Amino acid sequence: MKLKREFKIKSYCHIKNQEIWKDGQSVFKGEGAGFSEFAKCAYRFIELSYPKFFKMDNLSKLAFLASEILLKQEDLNSDENNIALVFSNRASSLDTDRKHQESIAVEDNFFPSPAVFVYTLPNICMGEISIRHKLYSENSFFIFERFNAAHLELYSNALLRNGKAKKVLSGWVDFDKDTYEAFLYLVEEKGDNTHNTKEINRLYNIL
Amino acid sequence: MTKIYLSHNNIFSNLGSESEVVIDAIAKGISGLQKENDSFLLSETFCAALISSEEVGRQFQEIDDPSQYTKLEQMMILSLKNVIDASNILLDEKVGLIISTTKGNIDVLDKNSTFPDSRSYLSKLGKVVQDFFGFKNEAIVVSNACVSGIMAVSVAKRFISEGKFDHVFIVSGDLISKFIISGFNSFQALSEEPCKPYDKNRTGINLGEAVASVLVTNENANLCAEAVEILGDATCNDANHISGPSRTGEGLYRSVKSALEESQLKASDVDYISAHGTATSFNDEMEAVAFNRMGMENVPLNSLKGYFGHTLGASGLLETIVGMHSLHRNTLFASKGYEELGVSQSLNIIKSKIDKSLRVFLKTASGFGGCNTAAIFKKHAE
Repeated sequence: MKLKREFKIKSYCHIKNQEIWKDGQSVFKGEGAGFSEFAKCAYRFIELSYPKFFKMDNLSKLAFLASEILLKQEDLNSDENNIALVFSNRASSLDTDRKHQESIAVEDNFFPSPAVFVYTLPNICMGEISIRHKLYSENSFFIFERFNAAHLELYSNALLRNGKAKKVLSGWVDFDKDTYEAFLYLVEEKGDNTHNTKEINRLYNIL
Repeated sequence: MTKIYLSHNNIFSNLGSESEVVIDAIAKGISGLQKENDSFLLSETFCAALISSEEVGRQFQEIDDPSQYTKLEQMMILSLKNVIDASNILLDEKVGLIISTTKGNIDVLDKNSTFPDSRSYLSKLGKVVQDFFGFKNEAIVVSNACVSGIMAVSVAKRFISEGKFDHVFIVSGDLISKFIISGFNSFQALSEEPCKPYDKNRTGINLGEAVASVLVTNENANLCAEAVEILGDATCNDANHISGPSRTGEGLYRSVKSALEESQLKASDVDYISAHGTATSFNDEMEAVAFNRMGMENVPLNSLKGYFGHTLGASGLLETIVGMHSLHRNTLFASKGYEELGVSQSLNIIKSKIDKSLRVFLKTASGFGGCNTAAIFKKHAE
């Protein structure tokens, strides 16, 4: 039986409770209570120069920040990069969905807007990252009750083994009411951690 | 490489609740689109293909209590039951379940809904369907804008190739709620008249409600007559804009190219293209650019949005199933609503139904977030 190609986890990032960790080490801690303020400070900390950031909804900002932490140290090409995005969460785009719902709930206060409606899809956050880094790559968004490492491992392996992607940025990006959580990790040929369900879960829970 | 097939299937729409009935309607040129005047949904008249909740409830009460299930859940269960019964497959550990939807039960957020807000979580929708049938594996929910339906096929194929499953059932669907209509209306994307994909006088989309289900399997016994083999598939992002498609059709071009490479086929091997054709100015133009870049401007092409409206999370799978039946009947269905070319590059739009020997078709879809998916299918029966 032919052995299947195996891959490595090169780096990983956590964002929650106003803090950013890279490869298990805290790299930034925000002050103040809300995500909005945290996101602004994190943007400055990462030294981002990307005005589109401020038009994004909460889920997209969260995903964008986490991906920036990992991708800014990669030697990316200016014209294209074959890094697939395999993201997942529990709340889909409900944070923004509720805002759109508010804008249509009352007859005499009816104000639906395309700028909000466009974010009522969870995959938009991957679109934002693809635009930023010229990823003409495979993007897929999955919804689960809780973090599902086995599924992500299987799907990322399928993409890498069949040459549909050179690298995969995968993980969980969830924004629901006041709680947010991001865990993204980069899978490719070289890295310190083995790419399998047990390892993915270990790193997810490492904090 | 193990062969993977699409087999037993179901379309649940206002044209019928069985695939054959729906295909017969399309063959007669019948559309499910109608002028609607529901001021709760939209203050102006609009054109859509809606399914009556009463009709769904009437069918559903033969199998369970409609008051316990949302309209979308009832439709999904009815559709999927049809496919599971036809397939005669035991739902064990080697059988997967994929749900594809853009918004699921989003209508429960409305204050008049009898269901709690918690029903809006898509994993809950997945659990309801999983538990109804007793699937051993947790439902996998794909929510990736309007490519979800065809992406689900791609996901199923990839899981089967990795050896995780032998069979995967997919059920895809979306409702046309006030949430959705108000959103598309805010984009000024809706047409008041039946939509006209690729046409000079197209003015936008019509929305449609539907559920589609299919069995994806590596077993070539007990396949249905219209079964097809899936030869290649790919999803590629435009990396351009979150709501407008790429002017160069970059993502669509790359997905078609990648799917063809995997299929080991050339553009000239494709007999028919079931395209996305939403009838917006930008989408249809983008597709014309992409198909010309592939040298496919002479391949017979249609959009099915003129029969079903844009069925969002269901569209990719629904239209793939129509493609399967198209191949089986050796019939190319007309691209309903089309009269005169209104895109900058030439396309071979099917103007009226033609009988033609068909072997291979290409399905494409595109969606918000810059996503594009392409898949190539070959007729199984000799």
